[in-house]
Amino acid sequence: MNFEDLSSLRPDLAFIAHWVPEAAHVLDVGCGDGAMLRYLQSGKRCSGYGIEIADDKLLESSRRGINVIQHDMEKGLALFGDNSFDTVLCLSSLQMMKHVEHLLRDIVRVGAEAIVSFPNFAYWPHRVALLKGRMPVSKTLPYQWYDTPNVRCATIYDFEELADECGLEVLERVALAEGKPVQFLPNLRGSLAVFRLRKKKLNGGHDASSLIT
Amino acid sequence: MHFAEALPLQSGAALADYTLVYETYGTLNAERSNAVLVCHALNASHHVAGMYEGDPKSAGWWDNMVGPGKALDTDRFFVIGVNNLGSCFGSTGPMHLNPATGQPYGAAFPVVTVEDWVAAQARLADALGIEQFAAVMGGSLGGMQALAWSIMFPARVRHCVVIASTPRLSAQNIAFNDVARQAILSDPDFHCGDFYAHGVVPRNGLRVARMVGHITYLSDDDMAEKFGRKLRNASANQDYKFDFGIDFEIESYLRYQGDKFSEYFDANTYLLITKALDYFDPARAFEGDLTRALANTQAAFCVVSFTTDWRFSPECSREIVQALVCNRRRVTYAEIDAPHGHDAFLLEDARYMNLVRAYFGRIWDETTGKEQA
Repeated sequence: MNFEDLSSLRPDLAFIAHWVPEAAHVLDVGCGDGAMLRYLQSGKRCSGYGIEIADDKLLESSRRGINVIQHDMEKGLALFGDNSFDTVLCLSSLQMMKHVEHLLRDIVRVGAEAIVSFPNFAYWPHRVALLKGRMPVSKTLPYQWYDTPNVRCATIYDFEELADECGLEVLERVALAEGKPVQFLPNLRGSLAVFRLRKKKLNGGHDASSLIT
Repeated sequence: MHFAEALPLQSGAALADYTLVYETYGTLNAERSNAVLVCHALNASHHVAGMYEGDPKSAGWWDNMVGPGKALDTDRFFVIGVNNLGSCFGSTGPMHLNPATGQPYGAAFPVVTVEDWVAAQARLADALGIEQFAAVMGGSLGGMQALAWSIMFPARVRHCVVIASTPRLSAQNIAFNDVARQAILSDPDFHCGDFYAHGVVPRNGLRVARMVGHITYLSDDDMAEKFGRKLRNASANQDYKFDFGIDFEIESYLRYQGDKFSEYFDANTYLLITKALDYFDPARAFEGDLTRALANTQAAFCVVSFTTDWRFSPECSREIVQALVCNRRRVTYAEIDAPHGHDAFLLEDARYMNLVRAYFGRIWDETTGKEQA
């Protein structure tokens, strides 16, 4: 898989791929069909693993030739040691988790950096839907309220607050619409929120998150 | 194939000379890069796939997995099944003549380990001119051999496929094995292992051993569904028989399995193989640290477990995966939600077969130099 393939397949992933350093050891939490890891392996010489729970996605990932481990992220990342990855990806998965905070802390425990993305609930069409008295259904939230796997609805501002509480420093924050960054009024005009995070460094050089947990 | 050079064993003993019987399927390519070794579990043999001519009941023990167009495709790969030492299906075992005495080995057959088997298999690979396997694969005890291959001969294994296996037996596993062994050892027809000379077979011991073993291969749910509390040949009024014969279907089933097993399996072999299971523990030499035990491996791994397998549970496989991840080895891990307990690794299940097929597809692409999409 080359960058053009990824761009046409998943423009959001193509944007995020820029943030992953060359030859990084990567954990992709909720790797889906493995397209991202496949590109990172072939296009950026990265190594690492994907985690996926769904049988069909696991199979697709495996067909792509990536290292995929069947595992329920809800159960945390105890399989992996502290700081064992350069980058941990959690792309469009966090909103499906019951234990968001726990997973987020685990993500930064196992990785030096994390890249997290989720559908921005404050995206303006969603606000319009709510004003009309209906739950939003859009390209990024394509489900009805009764069958959605997205059990957590958050906005960019909400996530920033949680990240701070978990002792995380926001290195970059971007809102994407159709895979392209939105500069003006991102919390209104961006459908996908993307954060690059790392553990806050305290004066003594300790990780803030380890003190909090 | 006969080997005249003595095989030193882990116990310190040695086998002066020995024979390994094996079968092959498919064709070894010119580069000798498409060979796959399939290691067998407790009661299986070198007859992995296919049928013998004129014997429709002789399908190999992994015939649903291995064959032309199957998950392990013999149109692509050169597959080798080899019968292990101590077995009763053709390779040198306790029923064969001990060259030192001219009598059957019986109890004198040395205790062999998983590592001893692998060492013997490696000699067979040498003789067949196979420097490196595209994959070494096995389920259960066969998975232990695959794992041992990756540790003992890291450069000779490109992929290691470990299914429904474990890096070591639990106390409960060993306990079940010992009950089985005691059943055999306490059978008066066992004659301390030298029953061949007495013209008898410790059939009762073997039956009970198999019955105990068989219980551990099935899941509680599977047994409940298949048998429940159904009565066998219940009288018209569905009443109990009030004796110690067969009341329940499950009793009938287990006894049938035990009877069948006792007709073809060797008691000494059963003892030897359960001991090999008990002893396997590659982490033992590293103070129990499996990560260190797997540090020298070079293969990529495919590990598969089954959710209802309580004999070698998913936790056991996850331990292998964790140790591999710590060593940054390439690993694919699937936890198949199948209802059939440990036996699931031998049964048809679309998710399981598709995953193994996909993995071998990947090995094939690698072998032939094709990039994945």
